[in-house]
Order: sequence, then C-alpha cells, then structure tokens
Amino acid sequence: MADLAWKSQGRTRRSTRTVRVAVSTVSTVTVAAVALAVLLVPPLVQLDQQAVDLSMKLRPPSLAHPFGTDDVGRDLLLRCVYGLRVSLLVGLVAALAATVIGTVVGAAAAVSGGWTDRALMRLVDTFSSVPHLLLGIFVVAMFRPGVWPVIVSVALTHWLSTARIVRSEVLSLRSRPYIDAAISGGATRWRVAARHLLPGVLPQAGLAAVLMVPHAMWHESALSFLGLGLPTHQASLGNLVQSARGSLLAGDWWPTLFPGLFLIIPTLAVAGLAGAWRERLNPRRRSELML
Amino acid sequence: MKRALPAAPMARMAGRRALLAVPVLLTVTFAVFAVAAASPFDPVKAYTGSAGLTASQENLDQIRANLGVDQPLVTRWWDWLTSALTGDLGDSSVMRQPVADVIAERIGWSALLALTAFAVAIVLGTTLGVLAARRRGGLLDRCVSSLAYTLEAAPAFWLGLLAIWFFALELGVLPAGGLTDTASDTVTAGQVARHLVLPAAVLGVSQLPWFFLYVRQGVGDALDEDPVRGARARGLAERTVLLGHALRSGMLPMLTLIGSRVPELITGALLVETVFSWPGIAAATVQAATSVDFPLLAALTVLATAAVLLGNLLSDLLYGLADPRVGFDG
Repeated sequence: MADLAWKSQGRTRRSTRTVRVAVSTVSTVTVAAVALAVLLVPPLVQLDQQAVDLSMKLRPPSLAHPFGTDDVGRDLLLRCVYGLRVSLLVGLVAALAATVIGTVVGAAAAVSGGWTDRALMRLVDTFSSVPHLLLGIFVVAMFRPGVWPVIVSVALTHWLSTARIVRSEVLSLRSRPYIDAAISGGATRWRVAARHLLPGVLPQAGLAAVLMVPHAMWHESALSFLGLGLPTHQASLGNLVQSARGSLLAGDWWPTLFPGLFLIIPTLAVAGLAGAWRERLNPRRRSELML
Repeated sequence: MKRALPAAPMARMAGRRALLAVPVLLTVTFAVFAVAAASPFDPVKAYTGSAGLTASQENLDQIRANLGVDQPLVTRWWDWLTSALTGDLGDSSVMRQPVADVIAERIGWSALLALTAFAVAIVLGTTLGVLAARRRGGLLDRCVSSLAYTLEAAPAFWLGLLAIWFFALELGVLPAGGLTDTASDTVTAGQVARHLVLPAAVLGVSQLPWFFLYVRQGVGDALDEDPVRGARARGLAERTVLLGHALRSGMLPMLTLIGSRVPELITGALLVETVFSWPGIAAATVQAATSVDFPLLAALTVLATAAVLLGNLLSDLLYGLADPRVGFDG
C-alpha cells in the first residue's frame, strides 16, 4: 500500500506540472481571445447587435447564428460579445477604482501607524461585516440604475481586501535595510512611502486588481440580473440573462446558457493566469488555481 | 475523553464580541443613513407617488414634517435607532406592513432554505472531498476539482435558471418556484418540501466548491501525516484509516469555519430566493431595493451585518472548542 502511494505521488507530481503548463497556456489564449473579441468585433464587424428580425425570433443555435437568436430575433453571439464588452469595461473601471482606494488607505494606515492605522483598519473590519452584494444593492437602490452607481457600488465594496493586503506588505517592507538606508539618507516619511514602499507593493496590488476584475464583473451581472444594474440599452451579460427569463420559462434555454458561459470562461482564465503569475512571483509557494 | 464544556471562557468571549459589535452596528446604521442622505432619493416623493405631482406645496411640507425627513441626518439616525431598540423599525412601503412583521414572517423560510442548503453542501462536499483526496491527481479528483472551480465562477442566479429549465420544464418533476402550489391556499409540509428541493439544491451547490476544496485539502494533508501512516502500519483497514483518522482531522477545521461562510450564504440567498420566488428575507431585500423601500432596506442591511458577526462568533467558539490551543481570547 505504501509502495503504491509513493508511486502514485511521483506520477501525480509530473502530471500536475503538465496540467499547470496547460492551464496557463489555455488561460493566456482565452484572455487574449476575449480581449481581441471585445476590442475588435464592434469596430470591424459591421453588424448591428440591436438588429431586430421578428421572422427569426428564438431560433436555436445553428450555423448562421451559433448561439441562436433571442425573443426579437437578435443574434445572441453578437449580443454576448457586446455584453461582455460592457461587463468587462465596468469590471475594469470598478476594479481599478477599488485598487486605488485600497492602496491609498492601506499604505496610509501602514505609514501613519498609531491611531490612524487602528481607526482605518477598524473601519475596514466594520465594512467587511456587511455582505458585499447587499451593500452594493443598497448603494444602487439609493442612487438608481445607471453605469456610475454600479461602478461606485462595486468599487466601494471591493477595496477592503486590497487595503489589508497593501498594509501588511508595507509593514513587511518597512523593516528592509534599503528603507533604513533611505531614512538615514534624510528621506521624509512620505518620500519613502512614494519612492520606496509604493513600488514594492505594486506587484501585490496589481495581482489583487487583476483577480478583482472577474469579481467585479460578477457583481455587476448580479446587480443587472436583479434589475438594479445597468440600463437595458447598455446590456451587460447580467441584463442578457435577465431579459432571457421569459424565453426560458417557455422552454428556450440558449438565451440563458450562453451569457452565463461568457461570464464563467473569462473568470476561469483570469484565475488561471493569476495562479501562474503568483507562482512566478513566489515559486516556492505552490499555488492552486485561486478564485 | 469527555471534556467539560469551558462555559465561562466561551461566555466571556461572546460578551466581548457583543460589546465590539455595538460600534460596528452603530457605524453601519449611520453609514446607511448617510448614503441615503447623500443620494437623490426623496422619501416624500416615494411616499406620495404620482399623487405628489398634483399635491400642493403645503401638503408636501406637511408630509415632510410628519415623516421627520426635515430633521438633520444625525437626528433622524438617532430617532430610528432609539425606536429600533424598542422593536419599532418603521413601516415598509412595498409590503404595506411594519418592517418588524415582514422580518418575523419571512426569516423562518430563509433559515429553512439556508440550513437545508448548508446540509446539502456539507454532505456533498465531504463525500466528494474524501473521494478526491484518496487519489489526488486521479481522474475523479481532476474532474470534480475542475467542476468545483467552474461552479465557483458560475453565478448562482444562472445555475438557478438552468435548474428551473431542466427540472421544472424539461423533466417536469419539480415546481419552478414559490412556496406552495398556486392553486392551494394552505401551507402543508409536503408541498413546502417539494418546493424546497430546487432552491436548496442550487444554493447548496453554489456553496459546494468551498466545502469540497477544504475537505479535499484537509483530508489530503492528513493522509500524508504520521498518525495516518501509523494507522496504516498497524494494518487498519483502508476504510478505517480514511474515515476514522484522515477525515476526522481533516474535516474539523472546515466544520468550525462554517460560521464564516454567512456572507457568501447571504449573497447566494439574495440571488436564489429571487430566482425561485422564495418568500424569505433575501427576496424581500431585493424587492425593497427595486422599489426603494428605505425602512425595510435599512433594517435588513443591519440584520445581515448582525448575522455575519454572529457567524464569526460561532466560528471562533467552535474553533476554540475543536482546538484547545487556540482558546477563547479573540
């Protein structure tokens, strides 16, 4: 039994490495494909995603319409690409905003120390106690649907973890000799923070930001699905699932299935890439695919 | 091996956490009022509806004074807080009844759904986790792990809709939503059970990846440790080693961390209850948000925060019990 266990472990290790390489390759290709699709399809393909054709409504997937058509005959593949574009844009802006807030708060807390640090971190703990989607729903409900309320609500609920990461990174960097050297060279506290500490935390903050994009997209879709997100003329993937509810209850599954897949696949690809990146940053810590 | 329950340290920890919860809840309630005050939302317009367009300015001012919205932010917050402590949370405009009644009517259904879903996730997650950990890197492990990552990325509302399509429409074996059949006006246990299957399964499956990955990691690590090697060396059956030794030490941390899953559970419930028209408080939250019902929304936000804090406390208490080295100092 023990012998068998050893053997299977050896095989596992080798095949796990193959799987890792495969995961990072597939992830890279997928992310590249998604980026190309959302960047190039709208300007290059002269097709109107809003083109209504009532004679073609609710056709199942076929060669002419790989994802089928929706209840007014619009091509779902095109709708999904445009929806992904909207979701991705909202996700990127929200994740960027959250990362900036989190980095500033985390770095300020670590650099100031003392009471400021304690108060800021207490605030972070407090707002971590409110479920994110609920806080997001509250903000959006009060400010009414629109792109900006959604971005603000996602950004406001997502900076907390970045603030914690950045603060602990700054605290660990502060004890390094080069920081002591800068201080003995006469650098002020804020100069040390801006010139020496901030560049040190950027890789970690960047990783957190990349991982936050799918998360932000997920939040935006949930809000849009609940009817609290983007207005319908800026249909995101969540709006597409929401508007497909009627067709689904009539038994037509494709308008619901494909927008969801468009949300899952980029999320998995980004998670795979982030895992590979983390391994490169710190090869000793073998990381699993993290979401 | 029976130990007396360390009641005194546990009670001290609960008391300390209750004290710490006070500033947290105060901050959250104040933030809720501050966001509402900063927003374009006008309670008078919400109260009067279309009648407000034709009403005279005097009437509107009278309503404004009656609702107390002409007071400054801090006064309104303090009034709400003091009356909330006496059990008066205001009136919900969308449900047309007091907020406290809405919560009392619905919280039981939400608890039923959440507990069933947790049970589904724990049972499925543990079974699959043990099976996957037995042969890490094997075919089953790779399939179930990939599925777990995919499920983690899949939105719960999407899973719910696909489940409705498949089980309620294609197979026609389960009801698509609600609590009882539309024709019936009494709530019977059998009907509730039938209507509970799909939402509880979807909510449970959406929570499954975390439980599965935790058990897989815990049991897998335990299998490499000396006690398990010792048990194998003594010639114990593989079944005993796996379930009696590896699972016991690998599952303990997961069971104790269940309490910290409350935020994810609430997030999932918001989506699943809405998809399945389940009459719980999470679905009420979404309805309150859609029609900007501030009193209901504020109360439910605070309630959810309290639930999260309670979950954290529960998880720390269980952790202290499971691992005496940790203790109850946090």
